Amino acid sequence: MDAEAAKLIGAGLAAIGAGMAAIGVGNVFGSFLESALRNPAAADGQQGRLFIGFAAAELLGLLAFVVAMILLFVV
Amino acid sequence: MAAESGKIDPMHQFEVTPLGGGFHLGGHEILFTNSALWMVVAAITLGIFMWGGMRRQLVPGRWQVAVEGFTGFISSMMTQNIGSEGRKFTPYVFSLFMFILFCNLLGMLPLGVFGIHPFTVTSHIAITGVLALVSFAIVLVVGFWRHGLHFFSLFVPHGTPLPMIPIIAPIEFVSFMVRPFSLGLRLFVAMTAGHVLLKVLSGFVINGFNAETVWLGSIVSVLSFILMIGISALELLVAGIQAYVFALLTSLYINDAVNLH
Repeated sequence: MDAEAAKLIGAGLAAIGAGMAAIGVGNVFGSFLESALRNPAAADGQQGRLFIGFAAAELLGLLAFVVAMILLFVV
Repeated sequence: MAAESGKIDPMHQFEVTPLGGGFHLGGHEILFTNSALWMVVAAITLGIFMWGGMRRQLVPGRWQVAVEGFTGFISSMMTQNIGSEGRKFTPYVFSLFMFILFCNLLGMLPLGVFGIHPFTVTSHIAITGVLALVSFAIVLVVGFWRHGLHFFSLFVPHGTPLPMIPIIAPIEFVSFMVRPFSLGLRLFVAMTAGHVLLKVLSGFVINGFNAETVWLGSIVSVLSFILMIGISALELLVAGIQAYVFALLTSLYINDAVNLH
């Protein structure tokens, strides 16, 4: 296989990671909303933890994006 | 013609270009770049914003309420995460949050229509990495200052069974050392990705109107433009969330240094 083509395929495969992170972030906010509606009084106190979970899930998607960018522009 | 106009480089906006001449210092050329210019713009805007709101009126005006909203938000976050000792670190985290927020938002301004191209300072890891390293340095200094060598107990969570320590400690060590990297990378990539996406979509809009089949190109352009408006709103949200996440994680890391765990 041509090296250039392999690079583009690799960048495309890295996009799977971004999609997976989308599932993760959606899961974080979805679960938060689900439990916040069960106990709205406790929801505001958990907002910090919500964003910690969001940051952790999002970081992996951003890493996938970095991998794609490195494959496209650097290597 | 359509093939030629397809050359809209989404990475061009991140180019650091020098403005005017510089001077030499220790074998390095020191230049005033557009990145530095937009950092100055952010600092001045932030200064004006804070100056206008620090009137200390008993019945606050709208501006004062806006500023006090931010200060109250950060100081409550610090006391919630660190406890009463968090007040000492509130000025640092507040400056960090406001600077990142203003840099993010200034980079989103549609000044391109007036011929001025805003530069998103936080879209470079050189900037966000330094901010993250400053946070990390504060964690290290505070941790060793307060706890001495006892600070290393951070790598052994409370109540770890003895046989597990050789496995847990390296994992905790790696997760500790990767913090400045992940902190800087998150902000940089989130801003870069958003701006690349906006530029790619604007490339669709421009190329659509330049296309040979005008009616088909126009449909693509209009749809892309509507999508761009939505993505711009999302980017404003991301600008706020990333500044908040940076401040929140910094406060959590400082909490580790102050209280161990």
